[in-house]
Amino acid sequence: MVEHRPWLTFLTHATLLLGMVIIVFPIYVTFVASTHTLEEIATRFPLLPGSHLVENYLRALSLGPRDVGSTVGQMMLNSLIMALGITFGKIAISLLAAFAIVYFRFRFRLFFFWLIFITLMLPVEVRILPTYKVAADLKILNSYTGLILPLIASATATFLFRQFFMTVPDELCEALRIDGGGPIRFFFDILLPMSRTSIAALFVILFIYGWNQYLWPLLITTHENYYTVLIGIKRMLDVGEGQAEWHIIMASTMLAMIPPVLVVLFMQKQFIRGMTETEK
Amino acid sequence: MAAVSLKNVTKKFGKTEVIHGVSCDIRDGEFVVILGPSGCGKSTLLRMVAGLEEVTSGEVSIGDRVVNRLEPAERDIAMVFQNYALYPHMTVYNNMAYGLKIRGMSKTEIEKRVLRAARILELTEFLNRRPRELSGGQRQRVAMGRCIVRQPKVFLFDEPLSNLDAKLRVQMRLEIRKLHEDLKVTSIYVTHDQVEAMTLGDRLIVMDQGYAAQIGTPLEVYEKPATTFVAGFIGSPSMNFLTLRLSADGRMVDHSGITHLPLPEGGFPRHGGREVVLGIRPEHFEFTAEEEGIMLLHVDHVEILGADTLVYGHFGEDKTSLTIRLPAVHHLDKNTVLPLRVLSKNLHVFDKESGHRIPLSMP
Repeated sequence: MVEHRPWLTFLTHATLLLGMVIIVFPIYVTFVASTHTLEEIATRFPLLPGSHLVENYLRALSLGPRDVGSTVGQMMLNSLIMALGITFGKIAISLLAAFAIVYFRFRFRLFFFWLIFITLMLPVEVRILPTYKVAADLKILNSYTGLILPLIASATATFLFRQFFMTVPDELCEALRIDGGGPIRFFFDILLPMSRTSIAALFVILFIYGWNQYLWPLLITTHENYYTVLIGIKRMLDVGEGQAEWHIIMASTMLAMIPPVLVVLFMQKQFIRGMTETEK
Repeated sequence: MAAVSLKNVTKKFGKTEVIHGVSCDIRDGEFVVILGPSGCGKSTLLRMVAGLEEVTSGEVSIGDRVVNRLEPAERDIAMVFQNYALYPHMTVYNNMAYGLKIRGMSKTEIEKRVLRAARILELTEFLNRRPRELSGGQRQRVAMGRCIVRQPKVFLFDEPLSNLDAKLRVQMRLEIRKLHEDLKVTSIYVTHDQVEAMTLGDRLIVMDQGYAAQIGTPLEVYEKPATTFVAGFIGSPSMNFLTLRLSADGRMVDHSGITHLPLPEGGFPRHGGREVVLGIRPEHFEFTAEEEGIMLLHVDHVEILGADTLVYGHFGEDKTSLTIRLPAVHHLDKNTVLPLRVLSKNLHVFDKESGHRIPLSMP
């Protein structure tokens, strides 16, 4: 649209600003709450940030809230390990699976492809009980393995890489065969570097997916050492009759938001490139 | 460098046979062009030499080794693809060096070879660029550079110029020819472009629906096409074909519009009285005085190309249509009547059923 009407420009900007305010406001409230003492928030909610920012955040990071038994620092480390484990695991497995499906002719190839594809329709929640049983039998409850392993395969990513590999011209593979390379070289020297932008885009999506995992960690972690930050925040709210430490909870919430935001900020460019263009 | 020999090579995809037994001996250092329309199996034949397609039956040998069961890399060949197939994420230097690196060649030797190839192909200033930063012609040269550095026994080209514009195609054609004269590596070149074939090839293999219709030098193929297919495919505009009956003694033709057409000496006595296909190239008609003409052409349409003029017309009672090419510019009106003649040595006679050329019976 190349229309230049002043009131239209005004309207679009106003709409955008309004949308932004709606999205930003809760985050602002969270931020404000995290910079005051509990008494200040509990009596009359302030509109401007207070003076207890450093104090609140330090307490959250080092001591942790009451009754949770783990610091936010530790929980964020757990979240990070889980998110990165899931991200790298999913990318590695999906790349290899897509490589096999696209480039190797084996029995029941199509069957396996559809099998993977069908699992797209099954979210974690549907298979959560059998998965829990398996994890329990494998004795990986309360461990990083338990947090990561059941979530490590991804049909979406496999499908994405398959579609990408199918656009890679066959002649590249043939040129490599004539140059004297085998499948492993083709994978590492040609396909992997060519998928760089797709991998970056997937990294962003999968990291946020991993970081925001809630139900699964809630089920399998009973030990404070393995709490992820989202579980931690939930636990902080379970105070029964007492008063929840809202200022600490809000500080933890702000902290929990930081890593995904950083990932998006730093990988923005690659993310957009990965979504829109392929290097060919 | 090495000779390449194909012995009765066939190829089946599933149950359909697409190559029906092609045999050819390509000499060491020879430049052979496989020519044919799309779908005739020319690329498949090349890919069998490369080892990218399995040979269903028959034998492919390079040098004195039968290579049917060898991987492409073990055959000591290099190939230029139609879309170049350059590794998109590598620089020009690495594209050329990659094959050598895999083979474990020393860094200094790799550098020496790549720089030499780059100098031959005038790519030196582009060595640090990626393929997508290059023009079509430059990519084409990188693809050739990748072949040169390997110093293989055989070069294979799969329609390498078809993605270039017309001007660049002529230039690259000359460069490929020059390169071949310098390096003298046995080369097999697939194309559907007869000009490329005629100018590049020492010999042509003309393919028709999976058969080698004719194998011979460009001039042989032009002057003595073995079948009506070859005759029609080579030459532009394509040859005129007239179906007519020979006189009983096989020395004359029997056609309402042709007064007197002397067949080559000796004629075709064994085909006397039978229907044959007579082929005459557009460029072999000549203007002549009316009493000497063998036929009178009624002009329908004229195309003036500058260097020559194409005339479309018809002759005879059954209005057989004909295309002729006259040198230089001629302004002719529609319905002009042109007396024409053809030298008997420029007549081609083919069997009507098989389409094969009928050889002259020696007098």
